[in-house]
Amino acid sequence: MADIRVENLHKSFGDFVAVKESNFTVADGEFFVMLGPSGCGKTTTLRMIAGLELPTSGAIHLAGEDVTFKRASARDIAFVFQLFALYPHMNVRKNISYPLENQGVPRSETRTRVEEAARILRITHLLDRSVSGLSSGDRQRVALGRAIVREPLAFMMDEPLGALDSELREVMIGELRALHDRLGATTIYVTHDQTEAMAMADKIAVMNRGSIEQFASPQEIYDRPASMFVADFIGDPAMNLIPFQAGLEVGQAHVRIAGAEIAVPTIREGVAETHLALGARPEHVALVDDGGLRGEVYGTEYLGTHQVVTVATYEGHVRAIVEAERSVRVGANVGLTFRPERLSLFDRGSGRAVSTDWSLGGPHHG
Amino acid sequence: MTTAAHSVVEPSPRSKAIAGTLVILYAVISMIPLVWIGMTALKTPSDAIAYPPKIIFTPSMAGFCDLFTTQSRQTEDYIKTLPPPTDTCDEITRSRGLVTAGPSNFLPRFFNSFIIAFGSTFLAVALGTLAAYGFSRFKVPMADDLLFFILSTRMMPPIAVAIPIYLMYRELGLSDTHLGMILLYTAVNVSLAVWLMKGFIDEIPREYEEAAMIDGYTRLQAFRKVVLPQAATGIAATAIFCLIFAWNEYAFAVLLTSGSAQTAPPFIPIIIGEGGQDWPAVAAGTTLFLIPIVVFTVLLRKHLLRGITFGAVRK
Ligand SMILES: Nc1ncnc2c1ncn2[C@@H]1O[C@H](COP(=O)(O)OP(=O)(O)O)[C@@H](O)[C@H]1O
Ligand SMILES: [Mg+2]
Repeated sequence: MADIRVENLHKSFGDFVAVKESNFTVADGEFFVMLGPSGCGKTTTLRMIAGLELPTSGAIHLAGEDVTFKRASARDIAFVFQLFALYPHMNVRKNISYPLENQGVPRSETRTRVEEAARILRITHLLDRSVSGLSSGDRQRVALGRAIVREPLAFMMDEPLGALDSELREVMIGELRALHDRLGATTIYVTHDQTEAMAMADKIAVMNRGSIEQFASPQEIYDRPASMFVADFIGDPAMNLIPFQAGLEVGQAHVRIAGAEIAVPTIREGVAETHLALGARPEHVALVDDGGLRGEVYGTEYLGTHQVVTVATYEGHVRAIVEAERSVRVGANVGLTFRPERLSLFDRGSGRAVSTDWSLGGPHHG
Repeated sequence: MTTAAHSVVEPSPRSKAIAGTLVILYAVISMIPLVWIGMTALKTPSDAIAYPPKIIFTPSMAGFCDLFTTQSRQTEDYIKTLPPPTDTCDEITRSRGLVTAGPSNFLPRFFNSFIIAFGSTFLAVALGTLAAYGFSRFKVPMADDLLFFILSTRMMPPIAVAIPIYLMYRELGLSDTHLGMILLYTAVNVSLAVWLMKGFIDEIPREYEEAAMIDGYTRLQAFRKVVLPQAATGIAATAIFCLIFAWNEYAFAVLLTSGSAQTAPPFIPIIIGEGGQDWPAVAAGTTLFLIPIVVFTVLLRKHLLRGITFGAVRK
């Protein structure tokens, strides 16, 4: 097993920059997820780490060794492809054992290892079947089998659950995480699906247009988004970003939006008068009859355990999560209040979060 | 205005019947020459030119005998002095006042065709597949121009380059050699092979090779063990096209071969000249000439019909 260190990794295709000065370290045994919208450079990063693509500049260290220019076949990394890439002319057993074939692994050992992998993935009964008749879930398991049978230094997985329907995906999320806990292998997992990322990751890198916007634990990313992009991308419903204009002074703990005084975490960074945004998760927004930021109920979405209420204010739509029992009338004039210590502030010009007690890692208040 | 509902899935019985009739009609029409040749091959020379044509006739091996042997005319008295005929051909020949002089050149010519057609097909497909793989998987500078150039070699009629090639071959000592003909047919076919194979290889997701390379195989090993098996369908199709061309090629064969490397196509018409218009012999030669290509096509037919990826890649 091994740690992976990526330094200033850069990749351009002609004029187009696919990956921009990427830096991160994946600790030994960590489940690391690269999360971002389609086209943001996740696959390209993964392919460079695996040796399928040469970086334009930068370095990749695997288990302390510089492998930047090493051949893919010499890196001892397993890759699970977005298309499963099972060899159609081989049966399941042959597909799984294929990586062992040229490593001089004795026949009897190959057999035991393939069967062990099949047992872990619960596909023993499929071993002698052809891959063409398999369901996508089973194909996924065969692809994983081919990866784990090698006992490689690290696993790369490129949207391995993308082809599965949502029910099966949920099952596989659980299985993948359990598999990781069991094998303890360093894993880099690429997805555009925040649910997968949140459910499995030890660490997440949120990527946007070739750059890593934030590199942190799932909780950190959810609670303290480092940029407006992350705030908007993570969470369903997404974080409310309420625009306003102001200057901020160190020590200040209030902002004024449309006449309403809103308490925020203590500011730790002076900001000259500019366009800002207040970031509030819907679960940290409450409806009140009097006071607060005024608006009109625009719509409600009943979800059983709670309901999502959308309020139209002069600053735009704001969503709040409200108890399921409470009756909310569309068109009603309501006020919005916010849980002060959990709010984020963003500079709309740069998109970066403004430093506050909260963003700098203030204690979780439950 | 009423328009009958157009069903894309199921054509109406009437249009099916019409289509079926047309297909059968076309098949019959195109089969007639083949049947005619097959029949002529089994006729006696006089039956073959009888008018009106004989549909029902007594089969004779005369055509095949004439094809495989050379004969000389002898007086009846001389023939009587000979020991009794050793086989049917001898018998047939003598009944026509002829004596078998020896084997004809047909078998060696047929064998030449075999070597040259299969040799050039093998080379063209092998080179074409490798080149197509390169074009498909790597950034080749000016790839589009190169591909167009490769195709353009196929655009001019053979007659346009006949004289330069004739002179070059004479200069290089390649005239009337197997090697010369194999190289020539390879050169013509390789452009077709590159284009066809590029299409097939483009269809094979590169993830397959990448998976193999990540699993510790070199690119060449991945090509051999992962790409080639999946390109089998395309290779079979390409080989058939190349073989048909090389097997049937006439113009260059007439121009460049006359003796030891002569192929069957220029040889068969020569039979006509030997001892009058011996149509049964020509027809027999043509019939035998058709067989290898039919067998080859039938053997590879399964490959041609099989899907390319067998549905193992998710769509
Ligand atoms: N071989 C290539 N040539 C040119 N552009 C490429 C190539 N591979 C990827 N790209 C571009 O790089 C960007 C990032 O691609 P990718 O890493 O596949 O994104 P993701 O996996 O995050 O969806 C995309 O805009 C894509 O079009
Ligand atoms: Mg991708």
